[in-house]
Amino acid sequence: MKMEWMTVIENEPISLDTFKMVLSGDLVHLMTQPGQFLHVRVGDGATNTLRRPISIADLDYQAQQVTIIYKTIGEGTHWLSMRKPDERIHVLGPRGNGFTTEHVCNQDVLLIGGGVGVPPLYYLAKKLTQQNNRVTIILGFQTKAAMFYVKEFQGLGETIVMTEDGSAGQHGRVTDVLPKYQMKTDLYFTCGPTGMLQAVTQQMAKTPGYISLEERMGCGIGACFACVCQTTDQEDGKGYRKICMDGPVFAAEEVIL
Amino acid sequence: MTDLAVNLPGLELKNPIMPASGCFGFGREFSEFYDLSKLGAIVIKAATKNQRYGNETPRVAETPSGMLNAIGLQNPGVKGIIEEKLPFLSSFHTPIMANVAGSSVEEYEEVASLLSQSSHIQALELNISCPNVKEGGIQFGTDPNLAAHVTERVKKVSDKPVYVKLSPNVTDVVGMAKAVESAGADGLSMINTLTGMRFNLMSRKPILANETGGLSGPAIKPIALRMIYQVKQEVNLPIIGMGGIRSTDDVVEFLLAGASAVAVGTANFQDPFICSNLIDELPDMLRKYGFQSVQDCTGKGAFV
Repeated sequence: MKMEWMTVIENEPISLDTFKMVLSGDLVHLMTQPGQFLHVRVGDGATNTLRRPISIADLDYQAQQVTIIYKTIGEGTHWLSMRKPDERIHVLGPRGNGFTTEHVCNQDVLLIGGGVGVPPLYYLAKKLTQQNNRVTIILGFQTKAAMFYVKEFQGLGETIVMTEDGSAGQHGRVTDVLPKYQMKTDLYFTCGPTGMLQAVTQQMAKTPGYISLEERMGCGIGACFACVCQTTDQEDGKGYRKICMDGPVFAAEEVIL
Repeated sequence: MTDLAVNLPGLELKNPIMPASGCFGFGREFSEFYDLSKLGAIVIKAATKNQRYGNETPRVAETPSGMLNAIGLQNPGVKGIIEEKLPFLSSFHTPIMANVAGSSVEEYEEVASLLSQSSHIQALELNISCPNVKEGGIQFGTDPNLAAHVTERVKKVSDKPVYVKLSPNVTDVVGMAKAVESAGADGLSMINTLTGMRFNLMSRKPILANETGGLSGPAIKPIALRMIYQVKQEVNLPIIGMGGIRSTDDVVEFLLAGASAVAVGTANFQDPFICSNLIDELPDMLRKYGFQSVQDCTGKGAFV
């Protein structure tokens, strides 16, 4: 099974232009890795030709439910925000390679998320704490009204909130507080806007880390070559990675941002 | 029993449905969804002489009932395709058509010659209509003399039938079709994408890194139907029709307009099973409209 009409259980705004949607269906059992995404069909199937890739924020296998958190940016995500409980939406997925956590135990792990890059870090943080890691989370938002899931993260580890306008948490960007945590970090995971990822990977260059990339996608299965990025290794025969298939998560040093 | 088979130069199709070049990669990704042997044919992603990375991202943008793409002919190069991609595809029982791109007549010749020598390839599709590469490509598709010239030269070096993929970005598509017909083309693929743009209101910049891109999807279907219809009246070559096909109604409409077979492009992105589903549903749909076979339906939309 590769795709399914999943049932909307819940679809509520949780902050500025940001919605949390809980979906139920058999596909949930295939969703094993944090950082994977769902390729969601929007609209009536005619007007909107492309699916929307949205990362998995949380999973509940017993209830057979998956949570996604998305920002309403254009008409596709606006349509999604209008879905009511019991309606069904068409989901292809899970797709992509997410965060590898199998062998991460008893370590000091730093998670750095910015804006709409925060959601995949939630299920990741849950998994990491289950495996006895000490997790520190740095979340960056533009403003207080755009914040979400801070309480949820606080339940999993020390959580530092940064806002660009200083309306909540500390005034500044996630990279402003990195020096304080850098030395006691064994491994880091990050997801957010490209500018943030560039700054984070530069500052954390001496620490092993993984980044999750976002890009406009076409097919979402690796066939159309819409979402590619270049590799850092000059000798790499292929020279590129497909974000939807090889990623969206890559080792920090693997790709050029 | 509805007969779906269509025999075209080099292509013995068990049904008229094939994925369009550039929308299906080299098949591997879709083979995890269904058995590719089911397809009438497979048209693989464009080949150039050397490996190409293509354009910067973003490479796609959605538009009403369509999308823009500016991939930029990313491919591993003709030798890479022959060595790494074709052996896998040849394990399926369906003809393979290779899409040939280039930025000079010599490059078209070289790529076509290498591909036509491969036993895995049954026909070539000459891509003179990609709007997304800076050099070459599109100018061959908009000037009838250049189009005829490159067709003639490729025909000389190719042992396999050559289908020329026409651009809709011309004022006289019939003139283009006649030019490549007289140059020896064995068939036509039509249409490629129309050039278009979209802007990001926040950044005040084009969404696509390439600025412009090729418009595809249901939005271009009426243009494709009109062009196929006009060309069919004046040119005696089989046409593989494409442009926004997403249902069996669409397939029948393209056949009526004059297509002998059809290619499905953008719809593969929304539904990876689309080609497989169309093949399953086509017999009933042809019967519904009173046709015994695909061939029976081709060109029946003409008044004459």
